[in-house]
Amino acid sequence: MASITLKNIVKKYGDGYPAVNDVSIDIDDGEFVILVGPSGCGKSTLLRMIVGLEDITDGELLIGGERVNEKAPRDRNLAMVFQNYALYPHLTVFENIAFPMRLAKGQFSEDEVKEKVNQAAKLLELTEHLERKPGNLSGGQRQRVAMGRAIVRDANAFLFDEPLSNLDAKLRGQMRAEISRLQRSLNTTSVYVTHDQTEAMTLGDRVAVLKKGVLQQIASPRELYEQPANLFVAGFIGAPSMNFLPGTVETNSAGNPCLSTPLGEIELPEHLAAAGKDKEIVLAGIRPEFFEEASQVEERRRGHGSVISAELSHVEWLGNEQYGYIGYENDPRVVETLQRLAEDMDSDDLRTQLVVALDAMSRVRGGDTIDLWVETRRIHLFDPATGENLTRDAEAGAELTRLAAEDRKRDRERQASRD
Amino acid sequence: MAGSSGLTGRQKLGWAAVSVVILVYALFPVAAIFANSFKTQADLGNPTFWPSNWTWGNYQEIFVGGAQELFLTALRNSIGITLIATFIAVVLATLCAYAIARMDFPGKRFVLGTALAVSIFPVISVVTPLFNLWRTIGLYDTWLGLIIPYLSLTLPISIWTLSAFFRQIPWELEQAAQVDGATQWQAFRKAIVPLAAPGVFTTAIIAFFIAWNDFVYGISLTSTEAARPVPAALAFFTGASQFEEPTGAISAAAIVVTIPVVLLVLLFQRQIVSGLTQGAVKG
Amino acid sequence: MTTTAENPANAEDRRRRDRRPARPKKSDRAKAEARLGWMLAGPAFVVMLAVTAYPIAQAIFDSLFSYRLTAPDERSFIFLDNYLLLFTDGTFWRIFGVTLLITVITVAVELVLGFGLAIVMHKALKSLRGLLRTSILVPYGIITVVSAFAWYYMFHINSGFVNQWFSWVPGIDSDLDWFANFWTAITVIMASEIWKTTPFIALLLLAGLAQVPDELVEAARVDGATRWQQYSRVIIPNMKAAIMVALLFRALDAFRIFDNVFIMTGGDANTEVLALLAYRQSISRLEIGLGSAVSVVLFISVLLMVFVAIKLFKVDLASGTDASGGGKKKKATRKEGQS
Repeated sequence: MASITLKNIVKKYGDGYPAVNDVSIDIDDGEFVILVGPSGCGKSTLLRMIVGLEDITDGELLIGGERVNEKAPRDRNLAMVFQNYALYPHLTVFENIAFPMRLAKGQFSEDEVKEKVNQAAKLLELTEHLERKPGNLSGGQRQRVAMGRAIVRDANAFLFDEPLSNLDAKLRGQMRAEISRLQRSLNTTSVYVTHDQTEAMTLGDRVAVLKKGVLQQIASPRELYEQPANLFVAGFIGAPSMNFLPGTVETNSAGNPCLSTPLGEIELPEHLAAAGKDKEIVLAGIRPEFFEEASQVEERRRGHGSVISAELSHVEWLGNEQYGYIGYENDPRVVETLQRLAEDMDSDDLRTQLVVALDAMSRVRGGDTIDLWVETRRIHLFDPATGENLTRDAEAGAELTRLAAEDRKRDRERQASRD
Repeated sequence: MAGSSGLTGRQKLGWAAVSVVILVYALFPVAAIFANSFKTQADLGNPTFWPSNWTWGNYQEIFVGGAQELFLTALRNSIGITLIATFIAVVLATLCAYAIARMDFPGKRFVLGTALAVSIFPVISVVTPLFNLWRTIGLYDTWLGLIIPYLSLTLPISIWTLSAFFRQIPWELEQAAQVDGATQWQAFRKAIVPLAAPGVFTTAIIAFFIAWNDFVYGISLTSTEAARPVPAALAFFTGASQFEEPTGAISAAAIVVTIPVVLLVLLFQRQIVSGLTQGAVKG
Repeated sequence: MTTTAENPANAEDRRRRDRRPARPKKSDRAKAEARLGWMLAGPAFVVMLAVTAYPIAQAIFDSLFSYRLTAPDERSFIFLDNYLLLFTDGTFWRIFGVTLLITVITVAVELVLGFGLAIVMHKALKSLRGLLRTSILVPYGIITVVSAFAWYYMFHINSGFVNQWFSWVPGIDSDLDWFANFWTAITVIMASEIWKTTPFIALLLLAGLAQVPDELVEAARVDGATRWQQYSRVIIPNMKAAIMVALLFRALDAFRIFDNVFIMTGGDANTEVLALLAYRQSISRLEIGLGSAVSVVLFISVLLMVFVAIKLFKVDLASGTDASGGGKKKKATRKEGQS
């Protein structure tokens, strides 16, 4: 096991376009780091550079403190789980798992191989399938064989390249839990590439968000969610995505600072207003769950928010939750920014509607006009020109990530005492 | 394997060296016989690669000189017989492959199996009975007497190659075109033919190569210039005198019949490769 | 849109879609489709049978007779005497052996060379691939007789340059007549055969290589495989099917070798092969009976090779599970010995 350090890593292909540009990440020993971003953001390239399947154009890669830029994959002692599992179809499950040990000829006796494979198989509940060929296994079983091959290695780190993308939704949830459990119990440094932000949020100790080869932010899932560094991270993390409502910081008739938006005035806490008041226009990042039906809000919380009135165009009732949609006229000054953001995020819809999370019990229908309370203290203001988060509280964010690290340490200790 | 650049100088040099080796491998014997074809009779006795003085003499010999009769008629036979055999094989194979790729009928696998069996059949095994039969029914030493056995060479591979091609055609397009308002014929003509044509064409090239290459039938089932194709005729070339080897004339004739091959390869290498590998891999 | 008028293409397709949930209704359509299918496939099928099945049956029949075309009236039934004559004749066995030797050596060399070529083409950059493919297609497309002449003249004692160029090699000098003795003659014959047919094997193997997923090779690299191990443990086992197909096709083809031998030696210097023997018996000497017997032996040999190959295939496929462990160990120890 080892730490992995990426120092100003750059990858350029023939056309000179940097697929990965100046990425620096410190991955602690035993840490589970997720690389996430839309397709083409360079996350897979980065992973393949770590494992040695792609050359590093510039920068330095250290594993366990040792520079490995020039080392062949086989000399880096890393284990990788591929997107399509990459099981050897001509070998049985047993031989697939044993493969890395068979390659390291002379290092493992036949008994050792057997013991290790059987141990891994037991851990992965593959014992009864050991003599089968991969072609006869289900998707989930194949996935587990691929992990088995990684486990028996005593590798310095596990690398996962979108390992769950070929599974159906139900199985994906199950395997997600399994990977998480395994990683915690083996405590092996892991780097995991995905475009699925649910995987990123649930698995990662820390999540690195990439866009077009550039690292946007690396932090614990909670910090990413609560204190995103910029418009892209804010939009990419969270489902449904954060709403970006254009507005200008003004003073309302009551003399309080407020944001004037196409949906009316939203009163702002002082510190937010201060951050946004110099800008001609800002984008207010409001997550759907920041909204609540005004009539439902408890009295003691009411003061932390502001109320707007709007007509719902339609609602979606999903059983455990309900989303309302509100159309509005977008400000031409931010259309371009939002369009670019949509492209960056790999989604083609230019959103000119607000999504609000409503109580599943609510009987509101499309066409109803309702009063919505919005929790203004959690709003972030973004500069449409640069995408920068004007109201990010770095300290609060760091605190969230520190807490996450503590949680992980506690997990590990608990695991150690159990073993 | 990655992008086209990013090669170090040494890698580039390595690739250049490998390419040169392969080029020499592939072209050296052709170059040798090419050089021979431009040598004078005296030169042909010298153990040098290139002619000491280049001459068109050998080509004159086969086109307008003494070997004219032998070569030109053989060339005409070769071209005629090969083209006709290729055409018939491709037409029959197209119908057959269409049925195999698109229809479900009993014995479908048997047809494919027969094609495979015929393709591994030793030609020489059927030459004797054909020789005998052709003499009886008057097909010996005729074009038709060669065209028919050539079909046994060209049909199997054509069927396999075309079946593989046809299986890849998205036939829904035909229905889509009909939904879009095309008649059945228009749908076939506008949607299917453009997709199927490259496969048929490629198959024709491969069938042509095979028929063009034949020697066993050519030498066994002909006896005169009436139908003898070039490969067989080359074996009958004689020198100007009894003690003179017809090396120059044979070399010139060999180069002439190699030209179509080289042209087809140059123009259609991609298609030929895909045709050859598709039929074989699926089989 | 309703197409009540039966559009055959549509009908077939609908049938295909309907095939899985079997419906009693389809039998009429199935019949019509079967009829149309055979109408389309029939002509090709009949032609193929007519030019092979009939003649081989005739050959088997003729081989049971003492039958000489110059004396057709003396034709008499002698049952297996022609075969007996062949099998008790040392010359026949020598010829059989030469044919087998050519087959084994050429196919082995072609497999190695072809695999090398395939790897080069597989790894070559796009820009080079076209050039390489074009150049190796030249030997493939060239007429075998032309190739035979080309090699014949290169090695010819008078007009060839090989003796001069390679005179520094012990045993080669300007007086060496390659076609005068067995081993030298057979070497040139095989060289010509190998040159002409390696490209075909290379293309088949290239297709096989392309079917091995890149991810598998990458996984092996990460798992610690050396370059050699990547091939021996992952790539080659996964393209076994392509290798077997290439091997079988080439072996069958090589066993029928005729053109090269006919042109270069005409069977002199003991280089005669089965196909040439059959040709000379029936076409040159008009000994239809004996010639047919040779043809039949050749045919049966080819059938046997196919049978053995298929048998081997089956063994391979069935025993894959237990064979992989044992075979692996053996290979590993061998390699350890080497390194």
